[in-house]
Amino acid sequence: MEDKLIIKGIEFKSRLWVGTGKYKDFEETKKAIEASGADVVTVAVRRVNIIDRKSENLFDYINPRKYKILPNTAGCYNVEDALRYSRLAREAGISDMIKLEVIGDEKTLFPDVIGLLKATEILAKEGFLVFPYTNDDPIMAKRLIDAGAVAVMPLAAPIGSGLGIRNPYNIKIILETVKAPVIVDAGVGTASDVAVAMELGCDAVLLNTAIAGAKDPIAMASAMKHAVIAGRLAYKAGRIPKKLYAAASSPIEGML
Amino acid sequence: MRLIINGEDLEVSKAETLQELLGEFCIKPERVAVEVNLSIIKKSDYGSCRLKDGDRIEIVNFVGGGQWKIS
Repeated sequence: MEDKLIIKGIEFKSRLWVGTGKYKDFEETKKAIEASGADVVTVAVRRVNIIDRKSENLFDYINPRKYKILPNTAGCYNVEDALRYSRLAREAGISDMIKLEVIGDEKTLFPDVIGLLKATEILAKEGFLVFPYTNDDPIMAKRLIDAGAVAVMPLAAPIGSGLGIRNPYNIKIILETVKAPVIVDAGVGTASDVAVAMELGCDAVLLNTAIAGAKDPIAMASAMKHAVIAGRLAYKAGRIPKKLYAAASSPIEGML
Repeated sequence: MRLIINGEDLEVSKAETLQELLGEFCIKPERVAVEVNLSIIKKSDYGSCRLKDGDRIEIVNFVGGGQWKIS
């Protein structure tokens, strides 16, 4: 049986989603994304450089017909800005999806969940497919889905921290609480972190810094691709229960 | 006509509509979104959107970004 991720009728080929920031140049961005096997890439909305029109555009390297484009509201610290950026992103005409971020604090980049909930409600009513970046809080995750989000994106750890999943038990409870896809977003550092998220039963993982900031981003992108696949397979296969004592795997019968 | 485009105070001589303005700056309409005085203009209205002195225009597109604050 095929194990595809489908959200609101959109079929996703990969359970690894990637950001496009922090790379050395567009060429490296392109190669890393190809190596990751991701078919969803996140992008930010920013002013066009009107003075230097020769500067290259991300989409000269990342073909928006080949990848699903997930615009974000990175850098928005209040509901009004998040709404403004979301509406501009949709008007650009590439996607109705929005990775909604309402940031609460510059040092931690933790979400302002009160603002996030308000913005989710408004944008869902306007027909956006809202993917909110939220805390690893099961109650808030449920509230966001009730407000019209199509999925929830709980953080593993602070954005760019590379700390991995700080609270796997909360992620597990979120998975049991919401009847919608759960995509771990932010804070993973390396392949094993991604595998843990997938083994817990998460539907996908979104990351950026862990690849872009690695010494060899293209090799790390490939590692992440395999980690997602391995973690998902392990989840579907069903792991053995953890036990305190040994359980011999060779038979006693036939011993001398 | 003086316009404030992406925060820059600029003198525009020829363009009378938003479509002409984008043309003057060699900006392809397909990949951008535009606000005039905080209202988003639909792509189909670029040709009929007449600009006037002092309009504040924001022209945005997508850039590389993941999960962090972009300065």
